Amino acid sequence: MEVKREPVPRRAGAPGLPGADAGLRVQSLNARQLLRGGDLEGANQPAHLEGSELEPELERYVQERILTTTLDDAVAWARSNSFFPLAFGLACCAMEQFHTAGPRMDIARFGFEAFRASPRQADLIILAGRVSIKMAPIIRRLYDQMLEPKWAISMGACCSSMGVFNNYALVPADKFMPIDVHVPGCPPRPEALMHGILKLRKLVQNDPDRGWRERYDAVGTEEAPSGV
Amino acid sequence: MPDATGLELLAHELGDAAIETVYFRNRATVVVDPAHIRAALQTLRAKGYGFLASVHGVDHYPEEPRLGVVYELLDMSRVDRLTVKLRVPADAPRVESVTGDWPTADHQEREVYDMFGVVFEGHPDLRRILMPEDYEGHPQRRDFPTGGEPVIFTRNETTWLEALE
Repeated sequence: MEVKREPVPRRAGAPGLPGADAGLRVQSLNARQLLRGGDLEGANQPAHLEGSELEPELERYVQERILTTTLDDAVAWARSNSFFPLAFGLACCAMEQFHTAGPRMDIARFGFEAFRASPRQADLIILAGRVSIKMAPIIRRLYDQMLEPKWAISMGACCSSMGVFNNYALVPADKFMPIDVHVPGCPPRPEALMHGILKLRKLVQNDPDRGWRERYDAVGTEEAPSGV
Repeated sequence: MPDATGLELLAHELGDAAIETVYFRNRATVVVDPAHIRAALQTLRAKGYGFLASVHGVDHYPEEPRLGVVYELLDMSRVDRLTVKLRVPADAPRVESVTGDWPTADHQEREVYDMFGVVFEGHPDLRRILMPEDYEGHPQRRDFPTGGEPVIFTRNETTWLEALE
């Protein structure tokens, strides 16, 4: 006899994030279970307890006041709204990075106001500037000293692709550490960094922004790789 | 600047060490035998050129001898500048260090060694100064390949699937 397997349900909007579904998840409780102290065993209750006159009112009362969610989502929401970036700048991009903390961009709206001086207290490193070969091991050490979970933003052309300094002295950041968001520009305006930070927030909330190919229904229009 | 006659007189002071004198656009230059560079600079220092403003390297590739070291001297009492040059071949780039006379030459000679590979004999601490110590090659030489790391785009990066194969 052939056993038909159901496809494993997968939450939409979390492609390519390993372990997004693997975390601890609190089962949603209905109002009746909540009133009994969250007893999960009580899902099959004797019939005589149902149909009480008070219960619909109580159920509505509770439903209006209690939000149920998964623990993953709640943790991701909290994390994405309380980034502690490392106070760290490499070159001219750092000037633009400072301005995101200023009153115009006001990074503190998203819980960014505490720039930490120690990597042990930071969970986001913004590589703002060019990375020389001599600086790369130091940055890698800073990144390794940060506690999990941690994220990294590569800001500017030099850090992502060495930009105008494509010579013997520099190395792109992807060569020695994982980067979550690349912000293009030379240097990127504070608005661009804010855009990258908001993208990272969406990423942390397990709801990454779709690329323009999905948004404009243009999948399959990728340029053919040269020489293939 | 010494004028053209003054330059010839200075070169005469240096004796056999001076190979050539160039007077171009009010800039006086003496080309010196690399074997006698330290003695020549000491002689010029005694003549009043007491301030070593700069030591830098040049690569004259493909001319031979290929590598050059340039010393910019300054007489601060007369505000008089003099350039001293030397040329060494790339397969034996050995020049005597002048760090003992001018401590400022320490880091500048290290930089010339780092970028051009000129070995300064008698230097107290001849290490690379800009590049990492395990770096191979001297990046300012003109036969050093331009361009650095190839940039990874999505079209040429190795995916984890390809890495498994």
